[in-house]
Amino acid sequence: MIPGTFSYHRPDSVDKAVALLTELGEEARPLAGGHSLIPMMKLRLAQPEHLIDLSQIDALKSITRDGDTVVIGAMVSQHDLIDSGEIAASLPILIETAKLIADPQVRYVGTMGGNVANGDPGNDMPALMQCLDARYVLAGPNGSREVAARDFYEAAYFTKLEAGELLTEIRIPVPPAGHGYAYEKLKRKVGDYATAAAAVVLTMNGGSCASASIALTNVGDTPLFAEAAAAALVGSTLDKAAIDAAVSAAEAITDPASDGRGPAEYRTKMAGVMLRRAIERAKARAA
Amino acid sequence: MAKTHVKMTVNGKEVEALVEPRTLLIHFIREDLGLTGPHIGCETTHCGACTLDIDGKSVKSCTLFAVQADGADIRTIEGMAAPDGALHPLQEAFREHHGLQCGFCTPGMITRAYRLLQENPNPTDEEIRMGIAGNLCRCTGYQNIVKAIRAAAEVMNGADAKEAAE
Repeated sequence: MIPGTFSYHRPDSVDKAVALLTELGEEARPLAGGHSLIPMMKLRLAQPEHLIDLSQIDALKSITRDGDTVVIGAMVSQHDLIDSGEIAASLPILIETAKLIADPQVRYVGTMGGNVANGDPGNDMPALMQCLDARYVLAGPNGSREVAARDFYEAAYFTKLEAGELLTEIRIPVPPAGHGYAYEKLKRKVGDYATAAAAVVLTMNGGSCASASIALTNVGDTPLFAEAAAAALVGSTLDKAAIDAAVSAAEAITDPASDGRGPAEYRTKMAGVMLRRAIERAKARAA
Repeated sequence: MAKTHVKMTVNGKEVEALVEPRTLLIHFIREDLGLTGPHIGCETTHCGACTLDIDGKSVKSCTLFAVQADGADIRTIEGMAAPDGALHPLQEAFREHHGLQCGFCTPGMITRAYRLLQENPNPTDEEIRMGIAGNLCRCTGYQNIVKAIRAAAEVMNGADAKEAAE
């Protein structure tokens, strides 16, 4: 379980990191918390020739508010998120989700940037970022660009990140005060990836659902933004018929693998169950 | 492959070394520094036997390169007891409450519990269980581990109260 050899780089700015990524090309990988990459390197499934450690880039470690947007640096850990007063006040669903990721030790080290940029369909934050309509800031040799989380994921481990680009921040529009939210995750044990999981954010107005957003984790090659499922809720009182319709619409877009977490049919059904529970909890929380 | 210079504080002592970048921190701690208290269990970030306290965080040192710990302040199980050999309240409590059977997971359990009690000095049993969720005990001694951590918390809080009163 010893990784292959590599050269180690520790730049202290985003510009230097991007310059290294550009210069060293495809054989270079950025190292954030490393809790996905290092296990892959130990198995020799990943053998980068260069690691670019981002840990000394202070600019990537802050959580700030920019008007109606919360800006989370790529090197903010899951533990930092759980501890953040700003996140607790404006985006509590992030804390609920972060607490369901891995275990305490991994959450001290694992980062938001790594979680969303790796393109692993098992990761929890990508679907949540789609649910919240987050945007990722990608710094590259020709400056920065933004890509919506809903457009970012192409296939398992394939994303819109281009060679030489580094994901530096996540920009999340703050949902309206009084929004209801829930992240429901079925897993076999602490530390496991989801058998299926669902993120829901909704708002209520005079007893009927004014807006809704839904995304699903680990029931396809990418996180799934469930637009039709959310549309089935808007305008309803979130009665059984509306929730049934949303669950059917969500199940219809899943395409899970059959694996140790269960056969595909079961995981599709579990995505529906997680969604139903998430809608009910979000409804109970909505003002 | 060129070696990289690292410098860190381990159990209050400054250490410097040249390491290959691919050297995992647990191997550096055990083989180069001779601190064999932290164990290698699963080597896949699951079991927590290799847990170290690094800059105020509990970290699984099988999933960190030694070069990433350059400049860090690290505590291992060897650094838990007082310099005169008096056991840490957690160590006392694990002994007193039979918080171990084979003992393989114990260094990781105690090192993790130490950070948990720094952050949450008075945890509920549920919080203790979630707090040590990244540490596996294959003797299934969790019941007594939770009891030991709770007992240590009481002792440590009592000591704090006594200090404050003095």
